[in-house]
Amino acid sequence: MAYVSFADRDHEQEHHDPDTFITKYVYSQDHKVIAIQYGGLAIFIGLVGMLLSSMFRLQLGFPETFDFINPENYYQFVSTHGMIMVVYLLTALFLGGFGNYLIPLQVGSRDMVFPFMNMLSVWVYALSVLILIASFFVPGGATGAGWTLYPPQSISPGTPGTDLGIVLMLVSLAVFIVAFTMGGLNYVTTVLQARCKGMTLMRMPLSVWGIFMATILGLLAFPALLVSAIMLLLDKLIGTSFFMPAMMAAGEVTEYGGGSPVLFQHLFWFFGHPEVYIVALPAFGIVSDLLSVHARKNIFSYRMMVWAILAIGGLSFIVWAHHMYVSGMNPYFGFFFATTTLIIAVPTALKVYNWVLTLWQGNIHLRTPMLFAIGFIFTFTHGGLTGLFLGNVTLDLPLSDTYFVVAHFHMVMGVSPVLVVFGAIYHWYPKMTGRMYNETLGKWHFWLTFLGTYSLYLPMHYIGFLGVPRRYYAMGNTDFMPESAVTLNASMTISALIIAATQVIFLYNIFVSLKKGEIADGNPWKATSLEWLTPDTPPKHGNWGHELPVVHRWAYDYAVPGAEDDYTPQTVPASEVSVGRDHGIDH
Amino acid sequence: MYITLILLGVIMATIIWWLLRQTLSVQPWVSQTAGDEVSGASIDANKKTVGLMAFLAVAASVFALFISAYTIRMEEPDWRPLTEPTLLWANTIVLILASIVYHWTRNAAIKGNDARVKPGLTIAGALTVLFLIGQVVAWQELRAIGAYAANNPANGFFYLLTAVHGLHMLGGLWVWARSTMKVWTGAGADSVRLSIELCTVYWHFLLLVWIVLFGMLLST
Repeated sequence: MAYVSFADRDHEQEHHDPDTFITKYVYSQDHKVIAIQYGGLAIFIGLVGMLLSSMFRLQLGFPETFDFINPENYYQFVSTHGMIMVVYLLTALFLGGFGNYLIPLQVGSRDMVFPFMNMLSVWVYALSVLILIASFFVPGGATGAGWTLYPPQSISPGTPGTDLGIVLMLVSLAVFIVAFTMGGLNYVTTVLQARCKGMTLMRMPLSVWGIFMATILGLLAFPALLVSAIMLLLDKLIGTSFFMPAMMAAGEVTEYGGGSPVLFQHLFWFFGHPEVYIVALPAFGIVSDLLSVHARKNIFSYRMMVWAILAIGGLSFIVWAHHMYVSGMNPYFGFFFATTTLIIAVPTALKVYNWVLTLWQGNIHLRTPMLFAIGFIFTFTHGGLTGLFLGNVTLDLPLSDTYFVVAHFHMVMGVSPVLVVFGAIYHWYPKMTGRMYNETLGKWHFWLTFLGTYSLYLPMHYIGFLGVPRRYYAMGNTDFMPESAVTLNASMTISALIIAATQVIFLYNIFVSLKKGEIADGNPWKATSLEWLTPDTPPKHGNWGHELPVVHRWAYDYAVPGAEDDYTPQTVPASEVSVGRDHGIDH
Repeated sequence: MYITLILLGVIMATIIWWLLRQTLSVQPWVSQTAGDEVSGASIDANKKTVGLMAFLAVAASVFALFISAYTIRMEEPDWRPLTEPTLLWANTIVLILASIVYHWTRNAAIKGNDARVKPGLTIAGALTVLFLIGQVVAWQELRAIGAYAANNPANGFFYLLTAVHGLHMLGGLWVWARSTMKVWTGAGADSVRLSIELCTVYWHFLLLVWIVLFGMLLST
């Protein structure tokens, strides 16, 4: 029996709108509500992560000034900041937030294919966030083992939070992975099976491609984090020695013996490196769409962009040990992983060229989302280039324990995706809320954030070159900290505080515009992709009214030569447009 | 990590090869009216089947990683191989039987044979529960001779791997319980056919995983 697709069976479905407040906004199975719940929670916990960073930046910039930051607090702030930003903010926001919002709308589906599981996903995610927050309030406080949670340090006495803190951290991660898996199965299956008629894979916007591939990576890579979390938890709770070597702790011989800490590192980074691309690929996809829409040009080399996403996805599983050059592993491994690391830079660089070429001769509108997208090209190129330094074993060895590494990954994995997040929120804000944001405030937000992050992270590369070590609570009087580096640290802290304060502008803008923003047109950017063509703005339950859309072209028909408008929506059939890019070609 | 790499390599290569085939000859910037007729489903299968396949890839990744961790940890000098309880052989046979009965039930459900579905489901579930009880008894036997998880990594891995496999089995039993309740309250084979088909695939998968795990435990 041949399978009949969703789009062809749509008329058989009855669509019931949820009618009570609870089913509409709390236990909602509507992907748009779930997306906003996911996004809201992620931004909330992200703000907590940002506050934590402000606290430890205060200590770094002005040591011996603030009594409330002691070494234990400092390590707890740093560790939790890292984990929150990488997992609970960026992963949840890109896949749970934008994945949920964009996939059904951009592929022309009424909802995710498993709405109930999708709802469970967001509530289980909420539970994981709750457990994470709880870890701050248990005896001993949150874990201070660094965001990588390396054993034996993470569960040995002397490290902050080795009682309940680390246990709750690991449990929270396991719960998060369950939530992600439930969401991820939805995203993959929806993209594969529930597209509307005419939406071939190669007509999908690049946002969907990025989120799709990132989800595949997440589904296959998060198990490594799960496995390492479970085994570390057993080492901690019932005294197995999977990772724990024989050692003395606090002057006493421990019960542990024979375990392999490097095994933990392998498992952790087997998740940890694909994780970088789990965050980066959705950002790549979204930024491609923002650039194309606001430059009124088709994305340069769409097919190459898709293939680059596939190549990066495949390669991302064989570069993990470049995080472990200093772990004492076999040096020949280092050679292999340095090579794969440099190879993965090729498709990535290709994407950067294509973004720049998309802008070339475009009709560029410097609206807020576009500013953020162009800002991303700068920060990403910058962070990517320092990645080439660190990908080489010989350069990584001296730089590995310095601030150069911190500067590198904050440029490439912190600032860059966050700029895309902001750009994407401004870009889809009119669709999500039915109102326009305030453009002036948006621009202030961009410039302060963009210049602020540069003044924070550019000097950080320099103090890294000087050899200033990361992970230290206080530097004391050391030869490698000249007076200038101390002053730089103070200025970086001030920049960090300015960036943090700037986010108030963003929050003010999105909350006040909900009530006071101009009423938005359904398609304010004159964009071609399906989410802008919904009958209602914001789209109602079921997205498309009575009839599902039918797609006749790709998502990038901007400024087609000879066409009347400078954009042709995906739903316009070829017969209605007499001229086109293929004008004069025989069919 | 070679085992994980090989498995994930195969999975990723399949996905990328399949996606490339959809994209190689397509030029989406040229209008192609042929594309307009595409139904919007890439795979000729029910959404739940696709969802299950994706989940099996996740579960396979979990087990492959555990196996990789096992082989790496085994290299350390403190590893003392565990003598597995002979009861595990009996448990294995029970699990094989459960899989066979589930498959038999699946065939009955596809043919719409209501009379065979009810006993088939019940026996398959009972055998699975028996397997799980057998696993717990095996744990008790080990504890009785003082083989605790913390004594040696080999013991630790034994408890860990059997527990993770058992939890996956329990998850399957949850779905089994739902379709069994339906059948016992008078629903026809048709209403549970898909659930039974997917459970059969899941049971076969977990049987395969168990045979791989058991083989590894025995040989090391």
